[in-house]
Amino acid sequence: MENLDLISILGSTIRLSIPLIFTALAGLFTERAGVFDIGLEGKMLFSAFAAAVAAFMTGSPWLGLLAGITVSVLISLIHGFASITNRGNQIVSGVAINFLASGLTAVLGQAWFSQGGRTPPLAASARFTEIVFPYAAELRDTGFLGRFYANIISGHNILTYLAFLAVPASWWVLYRTRFGLRLRAVGENPGAVDTAGISVTFLRYRATICAGILCGFAGTYLSIAQSAGFVKDMSAGKGYIALAALIFAKWRPVPVMLACLLFGFLDAFANFMQGKSVPGIGEVPVQIFQALPYVLTCVLLAGFIGVARPPKAGGVPYVKER
Amino acid sequence: MSPTPTAAPAIELIGIDKKFGAVHANKNINLTVAKGSIHGIIGENGAGKSTLMSILYGFYHADAGSIRINGQNTVIQDSQAAISAGIGMVHQHFMLVENFSVLENVILGVEGGALLGRGVSDARSALKRLEADYGLEVDPDAIIEELPVGLQQRVEILKALYRGAEILILDEPTGVLTPAEADHLFKILGVLRDQGKTIVLITHKLREIMAITDTVSVMRRGEMVATRRTTETTVEELAELMVGRRVLLRVEKGPAAPSDVVLSVRNLTVKDGRGVTMVDNVSFDVRAGEVVGIAGVAGNGQSELLEAITGIRKPASGEILIHGKPVTGFDSARLRALGLGHIPEDRHHMGLVLGFEESENSVLGYHRDSRYGRGPLLDLDACREDAKAKIEKYDIRPPNCRLKTANFSGGNQQKIVVAREIERDPALLVVGQPTRGVDIGAIEFIHRRLIAMRDAGKAVLLVSVELDEIRSLSDRILVMFAGRVVGEKTPDTGEQTLGLMMAGIAA
Repeated sequence: MENLDLISILGSTIRLSIPLIFTALAGLFTERAGVFDIGLEGKMLFSAFAAAVAAFMTGSPWLGLLAGITVSVLISLIHGFASITNRGNQIVSGVAINFLASGLTAVLGQAWFSQGGRTPPLAASARFTEIVFPYAAELRDTGFLGRFYANIISGHNILTYLAFLAVPASWWVLYRTRFGLRLRAVGENPGAVDTAGISVTFLRYRATICAGILCGFAGTYLSIAQSAGFVKDMSAGKGYIALAALIFAKWRPVPVMLACLLFGFLDAFANFMQGKSVPGIGEVPVQIFQALPYVLTCVLLAGFIGVARPPKAGGVPYVKER
Repeated sequence: MSPTPTAAPAIELIGIDKKFGAVHANKNINLTVAKGSIHGIIGENGAGKSTLMSILYGFYHADAGSIRINGQNTVIQDSQAAISAGIGMVHQHFMLVENFSVLENVILGVEGGALLGRGVSDARSALKRLEADYGLEVDPDAIIEELPVGLQQRVEILKALYRGAEILILDEPTGVLTPAEADHLFKILGVLRDQGKTIVLITHKLREIMAITDTVSVMRRGEMVATRRTTETTVEELAELMVGRRVLLRVEKGPAAPSDVVLSVRNLTVKDGRGVTMVDNVSFDVRAGEVVGIAGVAGNGQSELLEAITGIRKPASGEILIHGKPVTGFDSARLRALGLGHIPEDRHHMGLVLGFEESENSVLGYHRDSRYGRGPLLDLDACREDAKAKIEKYDIRPPNCRLKTANFSGGNQQKIVVAREIERDPALLVVGQPTRGVDIGAIEFIHRRLIAMRDAGKAVLLVSVELDEIRSLSDRILVMFAGRVVGEKTPDTGEQTLGLMMAGIAA
């Protein structure tokens, strides 16, 4: 394997991990509150579309972000209405959201812009572009550390840095605030929360809203930071990978980040290996690398890496017992 | 400690009425509980005790009626309102978050601010004070799921006290406790009362009522049928009030006539799913014509022993013989064919499919029998005729074999299982917790059936955590502790002796 360019693989690892981190943290909030959220994928896609449209219309990436978050939160509320208020099946509601997202974004995109479901390409000023740290250009050619600074630390857009801030922030909210304590409690035993005089419904809604906000960041990142516009189905299964990362990390914030980085790395490595041949084996199909996150998650679920215990009340709508 | 007569009653319920659809759970209930007293509410399952207390705790809303707390009219819309009115409740199924610490459970809902930091340290010292005041020691940093149930219950009580409860409602608090733990709980309740707290104890166990209450109210089918001073009533009177007719509390039976050995267990060792040894080198025989009772606190290996004998779990080592023939490792279908009947410990988990019709559950496990169909097809008419006969014979109510099993009461569901297993006329009947969550009338019925099996020359192995049940049905009692049989006793052995053996203290 000649030219194994570690720095460039790590750089693209970070770029590919960001939507996973936002989305998996979104799932962390809902699932720790006892609401399964298979609709992460759909929320990400909806917000990617909304962000691209708003950024194109207004020329402002920040208004794009706002639109992405708003739409994603609205979709979360639909999921909440179906599965919390009406006690519907959380998986079915989530899958419905994914189908709706895949179809509706493409149809609206075609109806509004007539570019095959795409949104028009965005100017640089309507996107979140790379932030170059001081002296990055000068240090680029000064050995490994310099390249590391220039390509890994510096040179990402603002959302990337926010994603890495969202990890300790989520940890702090979940483990150091009243809201977090109650949220974790409601995912384990909603009866305990109800008898403590706290509304299970309101609490779970707030958790899904948190998830909506985080998914809004993820979708926005896809369409106006990583790319310059919305493309049909651009989330490409990242919502499911994020769910896998969430399970892999046993529903804990810092491991969630590490799992997302691992899955991002696998993705980056797959891209790197494309068209390259491994000595003695030949060219390895890229699908093998793409399948790895799922394979790893299955291995985990089969109990090889320890028991992943989901929140006990997950997936079960709360009904007062009689 | 007699209640002070001058003070306003702690609780007054006036004309409480509640319907769930067609079920009239509480009919015009009036109840007065004096301050600083222990008041028992007794009744069969489904009599409306828990509903009434849930209304008091704001879990449900009454359709009619009013509530006065300490003489003040009080509207209790939700649990938060109940808590601020000074009412605390210890639920039958603990309302604890199992992977939280004791401290986190105690502060849940009263965290003392949006951030946890300071509230938590305040709570820690408040908890220390409560523990000292009432003798309720528990490590605040212990994780709930690692605590024994007795301590988990203590956490529930601490939760209520931490919220400033003056009135404490306990719903069936001793169901999960050992006799020693129950005694300790009663001591705590006595201390609480002496400090001026008012305690409402919901139970269906008459012994507890007699042991610690000052006054007792009896509920039957949604109505409050009587209130008595405990000193002025008897167990027999209360039982009759509960059921509405005279009840025999102790099964009448003649001496056993044991003959050939039917079940032999030899050096049996069973491990659970985690690989922990739950049954440790156990050996015993059960003969035709005798009831062998296995006493023990829940979780000491009885469940795994039953599972091994009935073919649900493969033993790690040892041997099981039926009629002298080795059957170790046989699955339940083969064991049933050899004449084993099994009334499982948990009818919802193993005995019944609640979504099925009664007639379907009535043949489940024997549905391959030629009586109920041919080849892959079921003869539904035959199943239903068979179910009807059982309903008649076992007085299963309502007598409708097409009704979904979930719609029967606990006692009637249990009768469906008992009828199915006994009517196969097995040579060996293995019974786990036959009367758990079953009302007194049905208990009497099931007990008589089990004795009738014995008298018909069948071998009966009975596992129960109810010591009374073990003592009144068994001809021999084996006590299990930590996976071992720690001794064999006769049924006239004192409760205290057995209780100590169950706690692993004396042999």
